[in-house]
Amino acid sequence: MKTKNKLIFAATTAMLFSMGPLHAAEELNALVWCDHTDPALLQPFEEQHDVRVNVKEYEGTAAALALIEQSRPGDWDVLVIDGVDVGRAVDLGLLAPLPADQLALDSYFPEVVMEENNTRDGVIYAVTEKFGYNTVAFNRSKVDPADMEDMTALWSGKYDGRIAIYDYYLPMIGLVGLEQGVATADLDAAAVEGLRERLYALKGAARQVSDVVSSQTALATGEVDILYGGGEWLTAVLNAENPDLDWTIPADGGLRWAQSIAVMADSERQDLALEFVKYITSPEGQARLATSSCFWGMPANAAAGDVLTDEQKAVLRWDEQADYLSRTQLYPVPDADLDRAMQDLWTDMLQQ
Amino acid sequence: MIGSGPSTGPGLSPANMSIERHERRYGLALALPALGWTVAFFLLPFIVMLVLSFAHLEGREVVQGFDTGNYQRIFTEPSLLKGIRVSLEITLVVTILSVILAWPLAWIIAMQVPPRWQRLALMLAVLPFWTSYVVRSYSWALVLGESGVMMQALIGIGALDAPVQIMATRAATIIGFVHFFVMLLTLTIYSNLVQLSPNYARAAADLGASGWATLRLIIIPLTLPGIMTGAFLTFVLCIGDYITPQILGGNNELTMPQLIMLQLGRRGDFPMASALSIVLMALVTLAYAATARWLKMDRL
Repeated sequence: MKTKNKLIFAATTAMLFSMGPLHAAEELNALVWCDHTDPALLQPFEEQHDVRVNVKEYEGTAAALALIEQSRPGDWDVLVIDGVDVGRAVDLGLLAPLPADQLALDSYFPEVVMEENNTRDGVIYAVTEKFGYNTVAFNRSKVDPADMEDMTALWSGKYDGRIAIYDYYLPMIGLVGLEQGVATADLDAAAVEGLRERLYALKGAARQVSDVVSSQTALATGEVDILYGGGEWLTAVLNAENPDLDWTIPADGGLRWAQSIAVMADSERQDLALEFVKYITSPEGQARLATSSCFWGMPANAAAGDVLTDEQKAVLRWDEQADYLSRTQLYPVPDADLDRAMQDLWTDMLQQ
Repeated sequence: MIGSGPSTGPGLSPANMSIERHERRYGLALALPALGWTVAFFLLPFIVMLVLSFAHLEGREVVQGFDTGNYQRIFTEPSLLKGIRVSLEITLVVTILSVILAWPLAWIIAMQVPPRWQRLALMLAVLPFWTSYVVRSYSWALVLGESGVMMQALIGIGALDAPVQIMATRAATIIGFVHFFVMLLTLTIYSNLVQLSPNYARAAADLGASGWATLRLIIIPLTLPGIMTGAFLTFVLCIGDYITPQILGGNNELTMPQLIMLQLGRRGDFPMASALSIVLMALVTLAYAATARWLKMDRL
């Protein structure tokens, strides 16, 4: 065979092999947060089951529910959803029961099993897969770490123009509520409205309100020194480049986010979808999800500790989780009307 | 006999009419794919969007009907109204600045650069088009940042004592836009300029006009089609752009596309997103009406 032909043959073969999942026997459609789009997470499952996992990322449960409503029944097989919103999805009949005996809940961190959220009348509809914190991330070399132990410092004027606000209304309104002494579980329409001036003042002190990527960029390039709403999920991926990027849970407390994963009730590939859930919650899947290229976070399954390296666990602050879990609250759980009121308030704040 | 019967029309023989009919059918057949594409992917979606804009959201369900509530909210809620104002302000500033910067550049390329170098000059002028729009916007974020090239250079030459904030402001959005649209306007104005006969300038000189008078009274008015076409395209693309204000503006004020994305991505409020989109299209239509008399695409 001539050299040119050999090259063409090699290139074609390589292309065909690299396109393996494209020619997979089956497809699985998952509605997910961006951390599930990492090929390093999906590839082992795709290869093991000869399946292609199609992921559609979204941000915010309202958006996910709207996407599902616009889709045909059966379009989606797997749903990743904020742990606090599982009940909403169950109420809408979206989720299929999961077999308890096939889930690795025994090795979970007990605090994040979240039975009250993931279970209804003794039936498990979702399982927690990842958790972390929305608190205060900052550059230790530019900010007095002691100041960051009290959220009020962000309104003091000392850090005006050096703050970025994470652009996600749920945890941020929850955080500002905590700063004002309102527990997330007590946030109702009146309490949310009561935070309006405080939010406006925060916006006045901030340089920008930004999504994950823009926030990371701003913190990494020194545009801002503080990210309100940040946490390990943001600083972990930057840690190697800049060890000064740090985060803390202030004395006022912090928000704990938790993602759950579920099988869609209308899925026509329930068995495969369940296998995906089992893979994601397995120690290997959990370790890969915890260190996903989009954002890091603690694995819900403590058995992932056997797979993660010591360096990865140090970045995730594995040994401090007991303290963090005790000092943080879950996201607010708004109904449709309160959710709309919170989003209106957030839009008003952005336009200040 | 030519033109003998009422059915053949004056001056056309049956054979000629047959050719004309054939050509008409041929022309229609050629236009059909584009027409079908426009109907399927513009007209029908537009009708769906228009109908949806009069629906409303109850809880998380879209309720169809004829409800003008979304439009009322757009023109009464300060945050939504501000979106229109911000979009218009940014778009107008960008359009004017882009024209001011692009015209001299196009004139230099068309009139001062030797013809054999013009193609290269144009290519260099539009070189930034070769990169992805998103990458270009993020590049500007790095350039305009406090530790970015521009700020460090200004501090280095002593023009500034300390960095000033440009990134995450309206100025950053405008800079990002102008960089992009100057290229577009340069192309439309250049293509207009090279079609101008040099006899216009010669005639003006013969009649005693100064160089400045020739430029002001002859050349610039004759390039109005190129200016207005470019300005209209700038207006349309700028007012509907989501990426640049999202990346460079720091979410410190929201434009209409950002508000639309907020309705879609966060709230799942498709009716409100549709209503905002209709208002956006109405603004574009107004811009078209204002510039229509100068829009001569065939001159480009």
